Amino acid sequence: MSDDAIPAGAVTTRVPLTGWGRTAATPAVLTPVAGEDDVRRVLAAGGGRGVLARGLARSYNDAAQNAGGQVLDMTRADRVLDVDLATGEVVVEAGISLDRLMNLFVPMGLFVPVTPGTRYVTVGGAIACDIHGKNHHIAGTFSQHVPWIDLLTADGQVRRVGPEQDPELFWATAGGMGLTGVIVRACVRMKPIESSQILVDTDRTPDLDSLMTLLTGTDDRYDYSVAWIDCVARGARMGRSVLTRGRFARRDELPVRKRADPLSYSGSVRISAPDLFPPGLLNSATVAAFNEVWYRKSPRRKRDQLQSIGTFFHPLDGVGRWNRIYGPRGFVQYQFVVPFGQEEALRQAMVRISSSGHASFLAVLKRFGEGNPGMLSFPMPGWTLALDIPVVPGLAALLDGLDEIVVAAGGRVYLAKDPRVRPELFERMYPQLADFRAVRARVDPDGLFTSDLARRLSL
Amino acid sequence: MIDALGSVGSLLLVGGTSDIAVATARRYLRERPLRILLAARDTPRRAAVAEELRAAGATVETVDFDADDPTSPARMVAGATAGGDIDVAVVAFGQLGDAERLRTDAAAVADLARVNYVAPTVVGTELANRMRAQGHGVIVALSSVAGERARASNFVYGSTKAGLDAFYSGLADSLVGTGVSVLVVRPGFVRSKMTGHLPDAPLATTPDAVAEAIVTGVRKGRHTVWVPGAMRWVMSGLRHTPRALFRRLPV
Repeated sequence: MSDDAIPAGAVTTRVPLTGWGRTAATPAVLTPVAGEDDVRRVLAAGGGRGVLARGLARSYNDAAQNAGGQVLDMTRADRVLDVDLATGEVVVEAGISLDRLMNLFVPMGLFVPVTPGTRYVTVGGAIACDIHGKNHHIAGTFSQHVPWIDLLTADGQVRRVGPEQDPELFWATAGGMGLTGVIVRACVRMKPIESSQILVDTDRTPDLDSLMTLLTGTDDRYDYSVAWIDCVARGARMGRSVLTRGRFARRDELPVRKRADPLSYSGSVRISAPDLFPPGLLNSATVAAFNEVWYRKSPRRKRDQLQSIGTFFHPLDGVGRWNRIYGPRGFVQYQFVVPFGQEEALRQAMVRISSSGHASFLAVLKRFGEGNPGMLSFPMPGWTLALDIPVVPGLAALLDGLDEIVVAAGGRVYLAKDPRVRPELFERMYPQLADFRAVRARVDPDGLFTSDLARRLSL
Repeated sequence: MIDALGSVGSLLLVGGTSDIAVATARRYLRERPLRILLAARDTPRRAAVAEELRAAGATVETVDFDADDPTSPARMVAGATAGGDIDVAVVAFGQLGDAERLRTDAAAVADLARVNYVAPTVVGTELANRMRAQGHGVIVALSSVAGERARASNFVYGSTKAGLDAFYSGLADSLVGTGVSVLVVRPGFVRSKMTGHLPDAPLATTPDAVAEAIVTGVRKGRHTVWVPGAMRWVMSGLRHTPRALFRRLPV
């Protein structure tokens, strides 16, 4: 496979690993792998505590950790293997980042089919977490744009699976958090674009009701849609928000000066946050002030504003390692979805959050479209709210309470983010968990692939 | 796994029927349901404790453990970890002994040293081996302020706790970087079934207070806690008291 194979026994010391939230670090042997043979070598070495593939570790929680075991650093395997410009299908190694895909393909008029709030995720991770983006209501999740993957399973074999080939294994792997095997290659169907600019409409809404009304009424007119929502404001202003929606501009919609090079794109990190933020910097006072400014500086209503890919999709990627602003104790992201018709549960959850005094710097609301057959896939038709909350005493009880509301409403939390849900509640959130376990038992009877997340929730 | 917010998923109580162990389980159960492994002799009390904790929402498994049996710790740890990782293990067994008898009865001294020092160090070693492999976990060891400076009135007990305390403090340092940590808990006089026949000492505390200190100490990643907290400064004073004065003190 690869020429620069890892010398046997090169790295055997354990290093502490965390997710993006910087909580609950655990040590594991981290081995860079460049190809299938490297992966097989680690699988053969075993060690009793299992193996897990890790990409860019942007999941907020313990999903990419394996305490005491083996972790494969997949980011070296980042080559593009095949491109079909006619169909937009690209074949890549799983360690390639969406950032690199954009750098390579935006100038050719192809955009990633789905992007989360950061472009620093790998294709393998995007499939394993079955990520969604601002276009979920139109396009579904990332895995829905993957015709096939090559999955290296516990027996060392590489199996090509997709929605048409062994769909059961494919839909266990899409959203399966890396627990069915190692995704080594994937085919991704890219989205054709005429320009690298997004035509954005902004609306400011004074409360939650007006926001949901606006989303329900007009969301389907836009490819991309998300609302920033103020979770600190209480009473009548609760849920005031700034809604930004858009679509890629056609070439003829660009100003004349940009038409010559409609697909120009640059997306690198400008500055990086230093590691010296004290704990508690983001508290209810500072966040309330930030939210006030953010809300007021946003236009009440603006149409057809041109924004770059970075500004529209990945505003936080402009600052490298922004997770450091939460200080050494780290933070959690709580993201849940409740089905349509359960708006009262959403409102109840927001009241709990806004009255708890736990500041959420970032809170976004989105209207999901249809779900997919992924057994542990998160999205379902309904409302999803995501919030970043610094780790402070009392947070565990608040979130346990929110879980109860979510479960009672038939909703669920997102595995790529959750670092603390109770296992028995998780089972009630994902009715297909038994199917997922059955597939794992079939392809990995000895439980070779595992993670801290898998142990915590008995996946 | 102890999760991002410090919630514990599985708790092993070695000496699981002791008042402090049971109080610790109850204290954790007030936050969340969790998996509890009760390691103790197979007695009606163990069954009763298991029943009580189940009623409080725990998933309880029992494991046989006998501090008098040198082969017991290895079997106990293997049995306790068969069903999955242990997040927190509390080493909560021990005896007070009859101070009067211990002054002269060499066999009784040997027995107490076995139960209070030898067995905990063997258990600690087995737990540390297991947790080092799993890459995470916290071992909580019940020491005593009596071990900080042995007093004439119960020096045999004090000496066993001094040994236990030194063992777990050193174990803590040896585990740095492995993902495993150790919390040494030094309570003062605890009103419990072990001390029921004795009058209260100054700064006497309760199993519930010790349990609270354990839960808080684990959550905050502490290495040593005194219960009550003021004991730390009292003992610091006593440690530095000249012997001629110390032995005359009514402590």
